[in-house]
Parts: sequence; structure tokens; C-alpha cells
Amino acid sequence: MEQKEKLSSKQMLNDLMADHYQSALDAKANGEIVAWATSIAPQELLTTMGIKVVYPENQAAAIGARKEAQKFIDDSEGRGYSVDLCSYARVNFGYANLKKSESQDIPMPDFIYSCSNICHTVLKWYENLAKELNIPLIIFDLPFNHTYDVQDHAAKYMKGQIEEAIKKLEQITKRKFDHDKFKEVMEQSNKTSQMWKDATMVAKAKPSPLNGFDLFNYMAAIVTNRGTKAGYEVFKRWKEELEEKAAAGLGPWKPGEEEKFRVMWDGIACWPYLGTTYKGLKNNGINMVTSTYPDSWTILYDNGDIEGMAKAYSAIYCNSNLQNGVDRITRIVDEYSLDGIVFHSNRSCKLLDFRQFEQQRQIEEKTGVATVLFDGDQTDPRAFSSEQYNTRIQAFLERLEIKKEERRKG
Amino acid sequence: MADIKTLIAELTQVAENPAKAVAELKKETGKKLIGMFPYHLPEEIVYAAGMLPVGMWGGQTEIKLADKYLQSFCCSLIKANFEMGMDGTYKKFLDGVIMAAYCDTLKCVCEDWKVAVSELPLIAMYYPQNRKIAAAVPYMENEFKLVQAQLEKIAGKAVTEADLEAAWEVYEAYRAESRKFVKLVGKLPKTLNATTRHLIIKAAWFMDKKVYTEKLAALNAAIEAAEAEEFKGAKVIVEGILVEPVALLDAFVENDVCIVGDDVAHQSRMFRVEGRKEGSVYEKMAYRIVDAYADPLLLDEKKEHGKELINMVKEYGADGVVVCAMKFCDPEEYDYPIFKAELEAAGIPVLYMEIEQKMESVGQYKTRIQAFAETLA
Repeated sequence: MEQKEKLSSKQMLNDLMADHYQSALDAKANGEIVAWATSIAPQELLTTMGIKVVYPENQAAAIGARKEAQKFIDDSEGRGYSVDLCSYARVNFGYANLKKSESQDIPMPDFIYSCSNICHTVLKWYENLAKELNIPLIIFDLPFNHTYDVQDHAAKYMKGQIEEAIKKLEQITKRKFDHDKFKEVMEQSNKTSQMWKDATMVAKAKPSPLNGFDLFNYMAAIVTNRGTKAGYEVFKRWKEELEEKAAAGLGPWKPGEEEKFRVMWDGIACWPYLGTTYKGLKNNGINMVTSTYPDSWTILYDNGDIEGMAKAYSAIYCNSNLQNGVDRITRIVDEYSLDGIVFHSNRSCKLLDFRQFEQQRQIEEKTGVATVLFDGDQTDPRAFSSEQYNTRIQAFLERLEIKKEERRKG
Repeated sequence: MADIKTLIAELTQVAENPAKAVAELKKETGKKLIGMFPYHLPEEIVYAAGMLPVGMWGGQTEIKLADKYLQSFCCSLIKANFEMGMDGTYKKFLDGVIMAAYCDTLKCVCEDWKVAVSELPLIAMYYPQNRKIAAAVPYMENEFKLVQAQLEKIAGKAVTEADLEAAWEVYEAYRAESRKFVKLVGKLPKTLNATTRHLIIKAAWFMDKKVYTEKLAALNAAIEAAEAEEFKGAKVIVEGILVEPVALLDAFVENDVCIVGDDVAHQSRMFRVEGRKEGSVYEKMAYRIVDAYADPLLLDEKKEHGKELINMVKEYGADGVVVCAMKFCDPEEYDYPIFKAELEAAGIPVLYMEIEQKMESVGQYKTRIQAFAETLA
């Protein structure tokens, strides 16, 4: 136990993820039921049932970061999937067919578990998986919020879907759903979510002890372990480390490497070009302090309140209207003392892209921070140009410097 | 045949010049017009409120303003609608617009519209994808009532149950007559060639549905009375969101290819589901979504799009399927690989054409349709 407490959060994270994948592979080998789920689905039901679940988005990100995406993309495109579709989906269709990855293997699913709060795309993607693999499909459809807040009748519709999903899970597993256990899981999920949020909020310190690209690493744990104590422990340790650094006045990088500018990243990472996108900022003293990610997995609700839970899942950034999104980012700019925002126009993600131009204009006007937008993709290596990225970041840097100088002069 | 030609011309001329038709509609009826974004929307409520729904299915517009909001990889149909919102085209005759988020693009376009076209009131709504479960129907009822309240404001009058029932009947009659028409096309494959068929169906989007239904019923009666035409060309089913521009349809005609049936959002998917008889009007409108089948815009747990296409090929005696895939339309692009494999397994020839609504030249499509027709011969 003493030994464990000495582990760094990074080591704990690595162990957690290794265990996540290995235990799912073992479960499958032992004949247990395995699910594939979307990244912000109501995992509480699966955790309550003790069902092993893996997240294709997480795996696709790992495959992208390890530069293995192209072969899976080629496989799915070869079967007729358009190059214009989400590259996570194309990687996943490729994996579902080839079933072997050097980066990270996952067990094949016995059923599909998809929630549309992150996009409409996952409904079609998972519908196809269920058809191709001939397995049951459990869907949570969370209506896009054209109103500022989640409407009551939408929460009722969502509650109906949760009840339906429980019935389906009982049929699939041939086991009863344990409602007492459900409450325990809800409690743990809230605690883990809150700890994730608390850890990421330490980045408000100036300089930020967090190099925001680490968010992309720890995100794997909040996706896969939001309902577990183990996830909570990782974020607790991470928070302690960040607080220690902040108390010592340490910044995100090595001593002597100054955090000159603090920015937010809007959108998913460019996994195949993490190094390029990271260095392009860091080499210019720009620290990506935060993103919309911390809030996206901060799913908080009163224990036992199913409609409240439904609203929490529905109210995430991706599923909220333009005004709500602008207000959220405006608050982030203020709370994290940001100098600028990097918008990733992600070829895969129409849901984030087609509001981005207007969001960029409104946020610039409201906050006065500098912004930059570059073209890329979350996993398709063909949709990113290092030259364009670096040129845009250079122009961005100039604007950041001008604005800083203006502020200095008052 | 003269009678048929006159009846056809009355409808096709509407579809050939929608701007003129809609301007006349507004002038002649004195009614307010509400724009209907693609796809299924509660048109009955608009009609019940004493206004007329008008289809918004893009057009041959040059994109100049919409690029300020939408990247290059946005579908051409929705982008054209957005452009015509921004450049004031729609404002000339519409009093409001209804939009439902059937895809990620539409979710965003709803939001952008509020900023970019703020002078034209937008009623944003959502249809449930998990439409087969019990909770879906009350959700839809709620959405319909919210839409109704906003329409009542524009109309300046309250909508009664009786108004809704009457509108429902008008729409059920329109849908029944349209279903009858698409089944009759194969009888006169020359007269009702691909272009003419398209224009006749399209006209419904720019007319009072009651008037349209009367004209279509007269045409259907005339077709039934006519002698069947001898036809040696190929018969196909078309699949897609929208099959335009007209030059693309002309390419079918030039190559002696008759569209005997369609699985197209702009056409049969709008009217192929018959309403249930029981329940309130709201429930009946909801059940049409519950009962919709093989529609890429609506969740289909069994994914029966391919099965439906195979059934259609058999039912209409078609020789093959032509897929007109609207570029950047996610729902269509996800369905294609699945139904392609199913059609191929069933030995049904498939021609896949990626299209955009506005195309500089349809030359390459002509060549491909010609080659496909030759393989079917």
C-alpha cells in the first residue's frame, strides 16, 4: 500500500489503462459479455451490471497517436466508406474487420452501447456495427439542445430510454439489474467526475502546472474509468502533483521554459500529429492550459435522480446550442486567464466544425483574446499540413504578442 | 394523351420555376408561407394554422455568403439553403422556417441560422431517433405542441383540434395519391420519363397540398385510363436525398433509362408511410415517424435499407439501382457500404454516383449512366 502511494499519477494512469484493456480481453477470453460504447455514454448501467466495456474512440485515438490509422482507414474505405466520414468510425470499421492492431487490441463486442450526446454520427456508426456484427444495439438518443438548457420533456424521453436500456441489459446478460448497486455506482461516478474536474482546474494557477497536452493522456482514464474508484485515485494523485507544482510556482515545462501565453484548445486532438501540434505551441512559449474536455466528462447529478442524470448527459458542450457554447468558452477564458484560443477545424467532426466560425467571431468579440483556426483531423493523417499549422501558429503568436503589449500599456 | 400532357404540364411548370410558383402562391392565396427544411417535418400544423408549407431543397445557387459559417465539406443542399437565407431570397416570400436536426450538419445550421438569418424566424425542433420506444411518442407530442405555439404566433391565430384533423386528412390524401402515382409511372415510362416524374413529384413542395392532390388525382386517373407504353430501355430504382440538377435526370432520359421507383428523401420517403387511423392528430403524426422504415435519417436497429431496396427492385421489376449520393451527407454515406454489399449479394447491379446539387457539368454522369444502361441491356 505504501509502495502504491508513491506511484506517480502517470504510472497509475498507465497501469489503469493496461488493466482496462487486458481485463476486457481476458473477460472475452473467459466467455464474458463485452460492450463497445461511446465516450460519454451512461456507463453507470454497464458498471452496475459488471459488464466489461471498451471505447472504440479511445482505441482509435491510440491507433492514431501511434501512427497506425491508415491501414484501418484503407480497409473501411475499400469497402465503400466515404473519406468524408468521421475517421474514428473509419478506423473502427477497419478494426472490426481486421481485428488486430499493433497499437492496442480490444475484444470484439457482444452488444453495442451508443449515446448521441457527442454527435449524431455515433448513431449511424454504431447502427452499422450492430448490423455488420449481428449483435444487439442499445441506443441513447439525447436531443440536441436548441434551447439554452435541457428541456424537461427531453429528460423524460431520456429517462424512458434508460429504463428501456436496463430491460435490454437484463435480457442480454440474463441477470437482474441491481438498483442498490446502481446508486453506489452513481455516487462513485459523481465523485470521479468531480475529481477529474478538480484536477484539471489546478491549471488555473499562473503559471499553469499543467501542460494541457497531458489532458489528452488523462482523458483516456475519464472515458474508461468514470465509474470506478481506481479512476478517482488516479485523478486524486494527479491533482496532488499539480497542486504541489503550483505551490512551488512551477510551470508546465522544465525550469527555465517560461509559460508566456495561456491558451485553450477547441476540438479533438490531432492524434497522428501530437508532437507537431504540441511543439508548435511549446516552442513559442504557448501553453495549452485547458480545453472543453474537462467539462465534457464532468457529469454531475443528484444520486438516484434519473432525469437529473439524463440532463447532465444531455447538457455537455457538444450537445448545447451556440449561445451556451460561447458562454462556456467565455467563462473558461476568464477563469483560466487565457490569452488565446486554438480552434481545430477537424475534418471528421461536422458537429463542432459547423458552429466554429461563428463561435470564433463571437468569442473574439466578447473576450478580446486572439484566436487561430487550423485544418486537421483527429485520426486521418492525410488531412493535416504541418506547414499550414506552423504558419498559422506564427501569425497567432504575433497577435498574442500585440495583445499582450496592448494590455501592458493599459 | 393530350389530356395527360396538359395535366403533366400544369405540375411540371410549377417545379421548373419554383420562385415564380411560390410568388404566385403567396399572391393568389394571400396566405403566409413557412419554409420546410429537409426532411420530415410537421407540415400538417402549418396547414392547420392557415399557412402553407413550402419545400426548401436548395437550388442552383452560387455560394458566396454561407462560407462565412460553413466549411467546404458541408453538404451542398443545406449550404444552398443557408446561402438563400443569408442573401434574402427566402425572406422575399417566407414568413418563417422550420428545421429539425436530423444530422450533425443540421444541428449546427439551426444555430447558425439564428445569427445569420435572424430576420426570418426559425422554429427548431427534434425528432427522436429512439423512435420505437414508448417514451418517443409523448416526446414528439411535446415537440409538435411547441412548434404549434410558435406557428400560432406567426399566423396570429390559434389552431384547434378540428383544424389539425382537417389538415391531417389533406396530407393523408396527398400521400395516398403520391404513392399511387409512383406505382403508375412504370406504365408510361416514356411519357413519365425520369425528368417529368421528378418534376411532377417536386411540384408538391410549392403548391397548396389540397390543390396539388386534386391535380395529381386527375393525372393518376388519366394514366390508369391510358394504354401502357412499350419500353425497351432499362428500369431502375434511384436512391438518395435528392436527384438534381435536372440535367442529371435528362441523362437518364437520353439513355432510355426509366426511374420506375425511388428511395429518395425529396420524393417517396416523404409520403410512403401511411398514417395510422387511431389516436389524436399529434399521435398520428408521431406514429408516421415510428412507422417509417429503411430511412437513413431515422435510426433503424435492423438496418433494413438494403432489404427495402431489394424489395423495391422486385416490386417494380427494376433492372438495377442507381445511388445518387449527396456528397458530405453522413447518414447516406454510412448506409451505402451496407446496402451495397446486400444488393451485390442479391445479384442486383448498382451504379454509385456521388453528386452535388449544383454541378458545373454532368458530362461524366451521362457517360456513367450510359455505360450502366448498356450493362443492364
